[in-house]
Amino acid sequence: MSRFLVRRIFGALIVMFAVATLVFIMLRLVPGDPIAAMLYDAGDPDAVDEIRTKLGLDRPMYVQYGKWLWNAVQGDFGRSIYGSRVEVSRLLMEALPRTLSLASLSFIIAMVIAVPAGLIAATRRNSRADYAVTFVAFLGLSMPDFWLAILLIIAFAANLHWLPAIGYVPLAKGFWPWLSHLILPALAVGTAFSAIVARMIRSSMLEVLNTEYMRVARSKGLSERTLIMTHALPNALIPVVTVIGIAFALLMSGTVVVENVFAIKGLGRLLIQGILNRDYPVVQGTILVVSAIFVFSNLLVDVLYSIIDPRIRLQS
Amino acid sequence: MTKYSTVLGTEGERSPASQKASFFAVVKKDKKAMFGLITLSIFTFFAIFAPWIAPHDPTAMDFEMMIAPSLEFPLGTDDLGRDLLSRIIHGTQISLLVGVSTVAIALFFGVAMGVAAGYFGGWVDMIIMRYIDLQWAFPNFIIAVYLVAVFGAGLLNVIVAISLAFLDDFARIARSMVLTIKEEQYISAARVSGASDFRIMWRHILPNAVAPIIVQATVSVSYAILGEASLSFLGLGVESDTPTWGLILADARSFISRAWWIGIFPGVAIMLTVLSINFLGDGLRDHFDVREVKDV
Repeated sequence: MSRFLVRRIFGALIVMFAVATLVFIMLRLVPGDPIAAMLYDAGDPDAVDEIRTKLGLDRPMYVQYGKWLWNAVQGDFGRSIYGSRVEVSRLLMEALPRTLSLASLSFIIAMVIAVPAGLIAATRRNSRADYAVTFVAFLGLSMPDFWLAILLIIAFAANLHWLPAIGYVPLAKGFWPWLSHLILPALAVGTAFSAIVARMIRSSMLEVLNTEYMRVARSKGLSERTLIMTHALPNALIPVVTVIGIAFALLMSGTVVVENVFAIKGLGRLLIQGILNRDYPVVQGTILVVSAIFVFSNLLVDVLYSIIDPRIRLQS
Repeated sequence: MTKYSTVLGTEGERSPASQKASFFAVVKKDKKAMFGLITLSIFTFFAIFAPWIAPHDPTAMDFEMMIAPSLEFPLGTDDLGRDLLSRIIHGTQISLLVGVSTVAIALFFGVAMGVAAGYFGGWVDMIIMRYIDLQWAFPNFIIAVYLVAVFGAGLLNVIVAISLAFLDDFARIARSMVLTIKEEQYISAARVSGASDFRIMWRHILPNAVAPIIVQATVSVSYAILGEASLSFLGLGVESDTPTWGLILADARSFISRAWWIGIFPGVAIMLTVLSINFLGDGLRDHFDVREVKDV
């Protein structure tokens, strides 16, 4: 186990190093002078030189790279080019809890919908309920999350006035204000994932229901309820653990888009606003943090999975 | 890391000829796939003949704005008085263009990389797979956003970004297929009879690896269309004067409380297209007995 763990952590660190290097190289290939973008008046060559020296952009590339990497490791990504030139690390720290709140609530909502839906579809195979679940899952996979977000706003915010349409309130200001602002975005983000999980539970339940041990359990005269809840479901849930890695991917991609619909100032909004404003320090910092979330959540899932199913460790 | 790719089931080995013939068999016996094919044909027709089908000029503005759906404007008009139906019909062009072209590019280069890696093995495999593994750690949409961050917005850049983002999916499938097929006796037979590496890859390996690649390509088209719509919606897509489904919805945000139709119909178009492709992909998957494909 420890060898497996060391190898996987080492691999994750290499991926992060590669991403950091790529981000550095690529943003230096971008056409256009970042200093010109910072200055109101780019016509003054002395001012340009002064900033260039101040930011260390006149030094050799490898020195810049080393310095950038060293600062990034310490969480220093520079300052935003715009407005009051806030430190990027502060922007990231403010954005992180919003994105994590949204992503985890999306995950919870998705599971609460998906597990019973998949269970009903599998136990009543080919019934109307089964077809309904399958069809709704198809719809959920085919709806763009940002459109679903708009539909939810039209229905629950603009017409019914049940929930707020935009914004974010920190948990510190009360549970309900926090939750009420997150319900609609979390539904928009979680739907596609919920559809995948429901389909997955359905097919893995069907597989489990056909096994020998289920026949044995049934022949013992156990009630259908015990049969499903204590014998079938736990086994059917094992493959679902593997989709948790996919969950991070889907939920993070989803938050990037949906945060922009609901004007939640999370990592996704920070990233997109940074790109639109050509605010490169912000873009770099956000890319690194978002990438780190992926790489380490993947690592966590792999480790968890290897605990649940030790055969994984022996492979590769 | 934790992602799945297409895996061929037991029934996978068919000759290319029977695969072609069976495409219509799939659609015939599967009502979902039939629905998918018909809907997609209609959208393709819209895309090709958009200037003739659209009742109005999609960019013509009018002082009378946000007219609710009526006989003259079946889906209403937007905040600048432009006909929504005409804009949606024209939007079909970008969606399908991006969906098909990105997958074609990703398929071509991805399969080439995967086949080379699997066939030659050794350092070729190692270099290609190191890159693929790196990309595999990130969801495709995030990669596309990163790339647009570097290249900038615009139609061509969006196509490049989405194609690159899908590269790893095809490379992985092609490689795993080659690794299985490489051990078959007919490959040794071809080698003994003096066939070149290229001939073996092109004539003997690829035709037998087609099924999972087709299924992945179908699914990828739906993700590419969703990806383009999302990028356009975020302002990272095509130029803002081009009517695309994502852009129309982005504009709609400010008016949804007054003009629901702008917020609803373009999304219906995206959903119908993606749903049709998913139905078709599902039919193909069942038919070729390719296990669940996943990607984001």
